[in-house]
Amino acid sequence: MKDLLNGWGPTAAVFLPLVGAAVLLAIPKSEETLHKVVALVTSLAVFVVGVGLLATFDYDKSAKMQFLVDKTWIEMINSRYIVAIDGISLPLIALTVFVVPLVIIYSWNHFPEPHNPKAFLTLILVLETGMVGTFVAQDLLLFFVFFELVLLPMYFMIGVFGGEQRKYASLKFFLYTAFGSALMIVSILATYFLSPKVNIDGVMQHTFSMIELSNWAGSGLAKGTAILIFGGFFMGFGIKVPMFPFHTWLPDAHTQAPTQGSVILAAVLLKLGTYGFVRIAIPILPVGAVWWAPIIGGLAVIGIIYGALGCLAQTDMKRLIAFSSVAHMGYVMLGISTLTSFGINAAIFGMVAHGLITGMLFFLAGSVKDRFHTLEIKRLGGLLLQAPRMGWLLAFSCMASLGLPGLAGFWGEFPAILSAYSPADGLNVPLFRFFMVVAAIGTVFAAGYLLWLLQRVAFGTPTEEFEDEHIHDMHLTDYLAWSPMIILIVVLGVYPNLLFKITDGAVIHSLSHIAGH
Amino acid sequence: MLAPVLAASSGFTSPHVDWHALAPEIILVGTIVVALLIDLFTEDHNKGLVSSVVGLGMLASFIPLITLGLDNHERVMFGGAYVVDDFALVLKGLFLVAGYLTVLLSTNTIAEGDYHEGEYYLLLLSSVLGMTFMASARDLISIFVALEMLSIPAYLLASWRKRTQTGIEAGMKYYLMGVFATAVMLYGMSLIFGGTGSTLLTDVGAAVNGSFGQEPVAVLGIVFVIVGFAFKVSAVPFHNWAPDTYEGAPTPVTAFLSVASKTAGFVAILQLVFLGFFNRSDTIRPFMFVLAVLTMTVGNVIALRQTNVVRLFAYSSVAQAGFILAPLAVISSNHPDRAADILSSIVLYLIVYTIMNLGAFAVIITVSRRTQSGEITSWAGLFTYAPGLAVAMGAFLFGLGGIPPAAGWFAKFQLFNAVVGAGTPSAYALGVIMAANSVISLAYYLGLMRTMFMDDPVDGDVTPVKIPVPLRAAVVLTGVATILLGVLPFLVSDIADGATFVTAYLPGK
Repeated sequence: MKDLLNGWGPTAAVFLPLVGAAVLLAIPKSEETLHKVVALVTSLAVFVVGVGLLATFDYDKSAKMQFLVDKTWIEMINSRYIVAIDGISLPLIALTVFVVPLVIIYSWNHFPEPHNPKAFLTLILVLETGMVGTFVAQDLLLFFVFFELVLLPMYFMIGVFGGEQRKYASLKFFLYTAFGSALMIVSILATYFLSPKVNIDGVMQHTFSMIELSNWAGSGLAKGTAILIFGGFFMGFGIKVPMFPFHTWLPDAHTQAPTQGSVILAAVLLKLGTYGFVRIAIPILPVGAVWWAPIIGGLAVIGIIYGALGCLAQTDMKRLIAFSSVAHMGYVMLGISTLTSFGINAAIFGMVAHGLITGMLFFLAGSVKDRFHTLEIKRLGGLLLQAPRMGWLLAFSCMASLGLPGLAGFWGEFPAILSAYSPADGLNVPLFRFFMVVAAIGTVFAAGYLLWLLQRVAFGTPTEEFEDEHIHDMHLTDYLAWSPMIILIVVLGVYPNLLFKITDGAVIHSLSHIAGH
Repeated sequence: MLAPVLAASSGFTSPHVDWHALAPEIILVGTIVVALLIDLFTEDHNKGLVSSVVGLGMLASFIPLITLGLDNHERVMFGGAYVVDDFALVLKGLFLVAGYLTVLLSTNTIAEGDYHEGEYYLLLLSSVLGMTFMASARDLISIFVALEMLSIPAYLLASWRKRTQTGIEAGMKYYLMGVFATAVMLYGMSLIFGGTGSTLLTDVGAAVNGSFGQEPVAVLGIVFVIVGFAFKVSAVPFHNWAPDTYEGAPTPVTAFLSVASKTAGFVAILQLVFLGFFNRSDTIRPFMFVLAVLTMTVGNVIALRQTNVVRLFAYSSVAQAGFILAPLAVISSNHPDRAADILSSIVLYLIVYTIMNLGAFAVIITVSRRTQSGEITSWAGLFTYAPGLAVAMGAFLFGLGGIPPAAGWFAKFQLFNAVVGAGTPSAYALGVIMAANSVISLAYYLGLMRTMFMDDPVDGDVTPVKIPVPLRAAVVLTGVATILLGVLPFLVSDIADGATFVTAYLPGK
């Protein structure tokens, strides 16, 4: 088992969904149940591979690249098929393979209009390939291909299956991210050319290998150059996160996307950007990172406050949750900007926690929309009376999202704020302490908008409009899709070390070229 | 009677002719003759035969290309004016592929419209023949002859819709601009010939490396010659003819012009720049920088506003030309080692661009057969009634935009690679400009995607599209190639890599 996973584990996790998608394409459109079963089986198979990887991962050596495969891909520029998993990527891979089957289960009877399960499930599976691929790729070019591959299915998911403004939202989503990626490609090439050649099969060649480049860590590179190259990566990843002021695509994309799209977007896609910072930008260009850190930290706290204020101004439940994502990703970015292992561990925890909690909130928003045909907050009310289980779950998710101790959200938020108290050597300590204070104020806002949302949607009595309507509480598929997420939110909240012990070693290793480590 | 003539010419020795090296062209000439005879002796309803014969002829001339490639032996003829090397073979292959696909694209349009059928294919084949000459031409005169040979049939083809005003306008504009460009180019050539005393590119290269290169007239000559070809590749500000010509010409001809004819222009530029003018890279670099930036930016920005799908592709092909020119803006005679990278990136892009753009035109032709309209709005909801076509078009559009996994991403990446690899500030600046332009181009490619996938069909009409066999073949061939080359880029990158004639010839090497 272990040997098989060693050679094929990551590859299988990446390409199994693609095989599933190919099978879906071969099945005629009318066989809807068959499509659902094939998609679910595929995603569960990927999940099993993921569990296998989790089970055989050597947690004592989480800094080491495990399950490493290194094969020739594009020989002429020495871009190689390198896939491997370490403590930073493992939690995110686990999150991805965990969320996708749940999304498919949720979809079972909830396919968005225009009803086309074949196309919809194919898109989800292609998306999974792109997401897992991004997390396992250890070659910059391979990473870039998967990073871009994610755009296509998401574009169609929003554009074809989305809401009223779907065309505008999908185009905006695509162009924003494509702009970031286009600048990133220049940075990737600059890294490629400016890093020293390495010995590949006896020939000295430039390399895209992230492992080699992280070992090099920009030594000998002029400071100005490192700052500029980091700037390209910053645009690529910062737009994807999204950081203020590049966040404007997010509320549109989230609001217009179908529920499943929103869940995947929140749970995994936003993490591609933050993961890029942790995996690529900081380890390869530590000098650039130190220069950019105050800017990233500053934009992060602006995002926290701006996102919170944005939430308070929303009248649409889904748009409110989308703006809360901007705020939450601000905490993640604040943790990253400290360049300390404490902060980055918190950031990775924050990514996973935000994925689960916000994913859950989007599931609930989708179900509310499904039953009331509106997400207009002022038309809703009394959910606890009409559908008590959903109402309580909404309360639970809001509590988790605002960072209640004992639930997962707390461990992403609180250590991230705390880490800003003592950032890495070379960073301006008073400035980061100021960030800390601002971020702490942000948590108050977070409590404000989330509780206010809960109050308006769940408490009180139903509005006249829906007074006499029968509202169906949770369906079987809802139970199946949501309970694993709820359980995990509690488990991670009670025993956060489950995650911290995976990430810690790898994070410390990735920061080995930052002063003070 | 003949005796005195023969006696007078006794000093003449016939040049060495390598029949094997000329075999592809000879087959094409033979096909032209056969097609001409068939056209002469068949009834109107049998004219379709000509298209089959022409297509087969192109495929047949692939055979000697392959044997020449396997032979792997450079053949120089006519005192160096005509060379068959790997570069020539790869580009000849590309022209034949483009020609063959154009025949597939044309068959139904030309047969069903009110067109002269036999002549159409003859002219098309003549133009392709000129292109295969161009790939081997290494002399100012042979370049000129090849250019005229490929252009004159193209002028006629552009005005093939002779009963429409736009058709006449298309041909007329193309012809006048083409002649003007030729005149400018000839003037430049005469300056170069006057200074160097030779038309052979290798001699020109040596002279440019020597004292002639330092004279102002050399700069004038180089710029004029390149401007002449800038018209051919529709680089801004010499692009004005392209949109009107593309819109007025029959769509298969537009496809042919935007791909094969453009590639031929690039081939000439590559040969001139790398073999002849390389040591004045200090002149070429800024000139190409301005040309590339203008071309991609203006092409892209105007494309954003287009409502007609053919015009959209006209401007998109202008913008693509800017991308292809970009690596030339970083050539440097101080770094001849980078020349091969620059050249192979351009050749790679030309190959991939040909496949994707012809594929896109195949879909355009198929769709317009149903809608009878070139407006983008008429494409609404294509996915609902022709999912296969919509998905194929999606692959081509993403490929042209450079999004993986469609083929264009690697080719575009190699262009970036060649540009950024120069490592100068202006190279990085160009890289960033290219990046911004990639995004602008995505805006209009995605606009078309949106119409196909997200809008509702016009009037709710969802009758399926009939796809004739030749067009179906063209879409399938190009579609499969687009995806395959995107996932396994090395399939074609090795070919492009081998097509670098420069390293052997570069002055000073």
